Amino acid sequence: MKTERWAPILFGIFGLLIWQSAVIALRVPVYVLPGPVAIIQAFFADWRSLLLSLVATLAIAAASLLAAAMLGMMLALAMAASRWARAAIQPWAVVLQVTPVVALAPLIIIWVHQQFLALVVCATIVGFFPVLSNTAAGLAATPPALLDLFRLNGASRRQIVFLLRLPSALPYFLAGLRIAGTLALVGAVVAEFVASSGGFASGLAGRILEAGYRLEIPRMFAALTLLALAGIAIYAALGAFERTILKRVGAVSSHHHAP
Amino acid sequence: MLSAQRVSRRFTDGTVALDGVDLSIADGAFVVLLGPSGCGKSTLLRLLAGLDQPDSGQILWDEGAKPRPGEIGFVFQDATLLPWADATDNVFLPLRLAGRSLSDCRAEIRSLLAKLGLAGFEHAKPAELSGGMRMRVSIARAMIARPRLLLMDEPFAALDEFTRHRLQDDLRALWRETGMTVVFVTHSIYEAAFLASHLVIMTPRPGQIATMRAGLDQTAGPRRTDPAMAALIGAITADVTRMMPTS
Repeated sequence: MKTERWAPILFGIFGLLIWQSAVIALRVPVYVLPGPVAIIQAFFADWRSLLLSLVATLAIAAASLLAAAMLGMMLALAMAASRWARAAIQPWAVVLQVTPVVALAPLIIIWVHQQFLALVVCATIVGFFPVLSNTAAGLAATPPALLDLFRLNGASRRQIVFLLRLPSALPYFLAGLRIAGTLALVGAVVAEFVASSGGFASGLAGRILEAGYRLEIPRMFAALTLLALAGIAIYAALGAFERTILKRVGAVSSHHHAP
Repeated sequence: MLSAQRVSRRFTDGTVALDGVDLSIADGAFVVLLGPSGCGKSTLLRLLAGLDQPDSGQILWDEGAKPRPGEIGFVFQDATLLPWADATDNVFLPLRLAGRSLSDCRAEIRSLLAKLGLAGFEHAKPAELSGGMRMRVSIARAMIARPRLLLMDEPFAALDEFTRHRLQDDLRALWRETGMTVVFVTHSIYEAAFLASHLVIMTPRPGQIATMRAGLDQTAGPRRTDPAMAALIGAITADVTRMMPTS
């Protein structure tokens, strides 16, 4: 077991200790910067509502990740299938990617009447780009010798896609999915912030805004901490998913030599 | 069986890879294309396979007929296996593309793998195999559909000398057993002398055929220690020295 593994945890605990002692020593008012103890107390005082909000936000992020994965995969397939489709789709995907979702969200919320769906659309716009660009890169990176081999054996376009291009793009797709997972969470929270001003307040962004209005700063920090932990958990879970799948299909390293 | 007639190929950067190559390949021959890097050996092989088209001249297959899928097997310099598929599935690939089912072919695949020294490795993934074993799977994949023509592009170049010798022995045995036609590209004079029934020596830039030679007597015994093999290597070396520009 490598001892470095514990370094981030030890460093975190050390930071929390400094933070708590500084807040006490300097008598910082709780409405400016609460110490970790106050934040934990705020969480336990209101854990039910905070966790319910977390679940609401996670539901949006999960639905968006699923949508982003499917949308990104389908667009990448279309782009790999035809040069025309590639030329048509690529610039618009970039336009969607560079337009801040905060600016798009109010429009989407007006257009899509169902709140949950509107938020999912916003978060999907943020999340689908890494899936699209990674999968497209993976589909384009099929070894030319294998393509030759498939052609020599009279493979159809369908067989080339399903038996060669898609499986070779799998590691790229999974790496894109891992990035998309955390982006979907970010997108969900941003969209919630916009939607909160219109009265929708079931997610964690709603809790943060609400706590801000009431100057319940420890509760705000508690919600923030939950979000950060959720982001780390999503990233780690998708990373584990990626490793498991790649290990199962044996594509981890083709350069490993047996004795 | 197959011939190239005044075949030329020029790449977009202006390189003349092949210039007026005439070559006729007889049924059942083991033709070795020997030459330095950049002499167009691989280009010629790709043209023979139909993976590339000549700028002028033509490739004729059985007096005009086009090869059917599966009639040509191709072995690349790298094993180019599907990393997610085990040895059996990799060998099965050409048959799968032809619409066969794995259960019908399993016994055949198993016996071919065994013939290539891979018994017990049917379910190993490429990452679990050594370089030599991966190349064996690659050869099995090229042979499973019983191609009439097997094209090999420096398949053993990346392997160590000992592994290479074993693969050369096995390839020769398979060739003699099946009677298929082989066109084998290499830049190793030793390998060319050992394998060929017909030797084609090529010059670089532009790629042309310099000399053709008959290989060793195919019925001879242990070739590696045969004085005739040493003599052939000497003769090829003299050919090569003559055609290489003196520096």
